[in-house]
Amino acid sequence: MTIRPQIFALFVGMALVTYLPRMLPLVVLSRFKLPPLVLRWLSFVPVSVLAALLAKELLVSGGKLALPPAHPQLLAAVPAFVVAIWTRSLMGTVVAGMAAMALLRLIL
Amino acid sequence: MAASESVTISVPTTFAQGVRAAAPVMLGYLPIGFAFGVLARTTGLSVAEVGLMSLLVYAGAAQFIGTGMIGAGMAAPAIISTTFLVNLRHLLLSTALVPSLRENAAWENSLLAYGITDETFAVNTAILQGRPATVSYVSGVHIASQSTWVVASVVGALAGQMAGNSDALGLDFALPAMFVGLLMPNLRGEDRKARLASALVAAAFAVTALVLFPGNSWAIIVATLVAATVGVMLP
Repeated sequence: MTIRPQIFALFVGMALVTYLPRMLPLVVLSRFKLPPLVLRWLSFVPVSVLAALLAKELLVSGGKLALPPAHPQLLAAVPAFVVAIWTRSLMGTVVAGMAAMALLRLIL
Repeated sequence: MAASESVTISVPTTFAQGVRAAAPVMLGYLPIGFAFGVLARTTGLSVAEVGLMSLLVYAGAAQFIGTGMIGAGMAAPAIISTTFLVNLRHLLLSTALVPSLRENAAWENSLLAYGITDETFAVNTAILQGRPATVSYVSGVHIASQSTWVVASVVGALAGQMAGNSDALGLDFALPAMFVGLLMPNLRGEDRKARLASALVAAAFAVTALVLFPGNSWAIIVATLVAATVGVMLP
């Protein structure tokens, strides 16, 4: 039940940069409008971050390309994608990915 | 106008009405907050740190992404910059709430702003439809929602602590699988071809950068800036 000082500082930083975009339009700039191009650019940010992080998890380990069978992450992602596309269930996707990973560890 | 006005429900005003309005948000936050707690434990955060993060940061996708970067040992400035990028979209939500909240004092709105999420925004705008809202009502929605998020993530962290051999259960793959689940809704609907292109550019850029510069904390954020810019330039 400990809180490391550097983690605490990190969370305060994350909280600050999360709070500002929530607060500024409402409190300071109640009549300002973002340019449409900025709005559109913002809408591409989540998909880009998630794809970059997912690719890192699936394909890179220790600064090298990490492929099956030694690194089964890419294979385990297949059932997760299938469930995500068919059911749209976040929990189902996570469970499918975990089950595939556990199974692949037994087989490979 | 007259017809549509006759079917709209009256504006809820009390804290208790806000809590009741938040019920669907709370129902949604229970499993996701729980999952976050379990996953955050696998990246080495303590139970108290999980609760603190949900209390201070309170942003689902950014918390999943942030814990993934903490687990990968990335530097704090890179994690904070990525969090900023991911949560910049709250500008849109906050702007859209101005018509309902502009009559409140600035200090009241500065507190209410803390509770703006995709989900509380959806509930508030559906019910208020641009009509003025009381501070009590919005506080009810926001406090009920965030309390649920914090409690669910702490319970998940406690459950994760008891899970034992997490690798044999595939728990180390829970976070990548969560990224799959969060990514897919972005690849549907309007602009999906441009979004898919962004995703592929981001993935290729990140992998290339991380192989060329192993462990570089900025690979993810630079990949994001490049990919979002490519996406926005596509027709």
